[in-house]
Amino acid sequence: MLYRETGVYQTSYGKDQAVFRLPLDRYAIAGWLIVAFAIVPAFASSYVLTDLLTPFLIMSIAALGLNVLTGYCGQLSLGSGAFMALGGFMTYKLVTAFPTAGALLGVVAGIDVALPDPALGTFRPFDLWFLAILIMAGAITAAVGLVFGLPSLKIKGLYLAVTTLAAQFFLIWLFIKVPWFTNYSPAGIAPAPPRTLLGFQVTGAASPVVCRYLFVLSLTVLVALAVKNVSRCHTGRSWMAIRDMDIAAEMIGVHPTAAKLSAFAFSSFLIGIAGALWAFVKINSVQTDAYGILVSFQVLFMVIIGGLGSVLGSFLGAAFVTFSPILLNIGLNALNPYLLAFGLGRIEVAMIKHIEFMVFGALIIFFLIVEPNGLARLWQIAKQKLRTWPFPY
Amino acid sequence: MGIVETYLIGPFAEMAAYPAGVLETVIAGIGNGFLYGLVAIGFVIIFKSSGVFNYAQGAVVFFAALNFAGLLTLGLPWYLAGLLTLLLLVALAFAVERTVLRLLVGQSALTLFMATIGVSFFIEGLVEAAWGGNPHLLKIGLPESALFTIDHAWGEAAGLDIIVQESDLLAIAVGLVLVLALYAFFHRSRIGQALRAVADDHMASMSVGIPLNRMWVIVWSLSGLTAFVAATVWGTKIQIEPTMIGLALKALPVLILGGLTSIPGALVGGCIIGVSELLFETYWGQPLFGGATTEWFAYVLALVFLLFRPQGLFGEPIIERV
Repeated sequence: MLYRETGVYQTSYGKDQAVFRLPLDRYAIAGWLIVAFAIVPAFASSYVLTDLLTPFLIMSIAALGLNVLTGYCGQLSLGSGAFMALGGFMTYKLVTAFPTAGALLGVVAGIDVALPDPALGTFRPFDLWFLAILIMAGAITAAVGLVFGLPSLKIKGLYLAVTTLAAQFFLIWLFIKVPWFTNYSPAGIAPAPPRTLLGFQVTGAASPVVCRYLFVLSLTVLVALAVKNVSRCHTGRSWMAIRDMDIAAEMIGVHPTAAKLSAFAFSSFLIGIAGALWAFVKINSVQTDAYGILVSFQVLFMVIIGGLGSVLGSFLGAAFVTFSPILLNIGLNALNPYLLAFGLGRIEVAMIKHIEFMVFGALIIFFLIVEPNGLARLWQIAKQKLRTWPFPY
Repeated sequence: MGIVETYLIGPFAEMAAYPAGVLETVIAGIGNGFLYGLVAIGFVIIFKSSGVFNYAQGAVVFFAALNFAGLLTLGLPWYLAGLLTLLLLVALAFAVERTVLRLLVGQSALTLFMATIGVSFFIEGLVEAAWGGNPHLLKIGLPESALFTIDHAWGEAAGLDIIVQESDLLAIAVGLVLVLALYAFFHRSRIGQALRAVADDHMASMSVGIPLNRMWVIVWSLSGLTAFVAATVWGTKIQIEPTMIGLALKALPVLILGGLTSIPGALVGGCIIGVSELLFETYWGQPLFGGATTEWFAYVLALVFLLFRPQGLFGEPIIERV
């Protein structure tokens, strides 16, 4: 009763195939977007925006990217960290190679609109150069991802995990050993230069928190929409055919080479953009430390825990993996006063780290056991419950 | 021409100029390789009989090493500490079977793989919470990095005044003994026979009365035992710290080379990886690429190898039916 599908009639094929077919879904998503774009930036603290929501959104993009590969196309990858690094370093190289192009474009177009709050900068509708750079960096990542996707034509499953591990270790080693990637910065850590988009400063240490958040949020929405639509078109269907049974898919005319490689390319493209955002918007510097093997595992966890082959699942998984360590940390720290009051000593910082590992590992196992199809499946079940409420039979 | 000379001829010329150095590198490489192999054997034992690709093997090695070292620092004699560690490993096997594997029966290989990653995180946190995150040393009087040189008359006469690490020889000896013991266990004992039956076909072995759950506990305990052996040998070579788990990841390319289902293959694969990565590091990596190539060489080698022989050197060919 609460979630109604009856009484909704579509009058054209286009309407029937829309992403959000039901008015209820459309209202819900519109509500979420209003909250995310208007209410959250207006009321959330800077801590919530920078340390919770921005990393969550960036990791959602990475999870969506890996979901294309693992969830939709069924190819396992443990190299997400390296592809994120590639995206970050390529963006850095491109940004520093064309330092003034963005400003030039904005000035040539010559349309400036002053904003009510001068701290935010000036609105320039043609200042899109940073976006172009992100897309170029993503394209380079896609090309490299394609190369490391080649073994998938001959092998699959867990073997692919090893070849993508090769990408992980080799690329990270390359970025450490070749100082060209960081423009010969000391210690291999390159500070992210300040850049503007549409006149707003979105990167660099001085960029306003709200600008960063809205920038990442807009990109996330675009990426989610893109993944949803690509997965519904011919390409996405060929990915799913390959995932469900590659040999049978080949029999019915799906080109396995094209399907697998396009999945690798698209997935790496998105992961590369996520990596670039992580460096430029989240940590303000480009360095290999931020993209270790642990990141690869985290992204894989997001996809598996959230739900393979589900856009919603990518968001739920990213939220789980990003927020649970933070909540654990807060929770354990909050325990300290009580422990001290009872004379039990306090939990040291190192111990919190260890307990975090334990609980995180246990939670992964717990979710895999309770719902092997991921958190997105829980939403399906909830929808069914709402459909039949209050008379479940 | 210059490139060909630097990268293709130079290193070989260097090898030819000082063959004893090559021999030294090869022996050290075999020592490393046997260590990778020891970890990989644990993978193979579990994969063969339960089809689980056990990522947690590296963490189990860390678990064994840190527990052993921790118990020793409490002042226990080495045999008691060793026995306790073994008991802990069996308890771990029980716990994993009860809380993870039994509840995930029938799930996809990927789900099980992810679950073992969760197990790996849990174990890492657990042992570090118990013993602290500081690096430990394992000293139980095994021959250590004390160097000896073959400088006998016959050695000098053959131009072989080389340095061999005792710990490398130890790794080789232990590895060989372990493989023989496992071979005997799998082929001569009743439980070993049952395990081979389980590896062949779960359903059929259950129908003749082999208790599957108990077999899995045995299998995990057995791989725990190999992890303990690996940990003991490894602990004499390097410090015991979480990076060990990352090093143990190299067992994956070793498995690719040796085949997922072959125990001797794991040792051979380990040797190939150990020797080739050390040769590459010594003659190409250090002088030409700035070093630290051992971080990725094994994986890239496995990648190239996979393109030509996906089932590994000794694995069963992969046959797929629709």
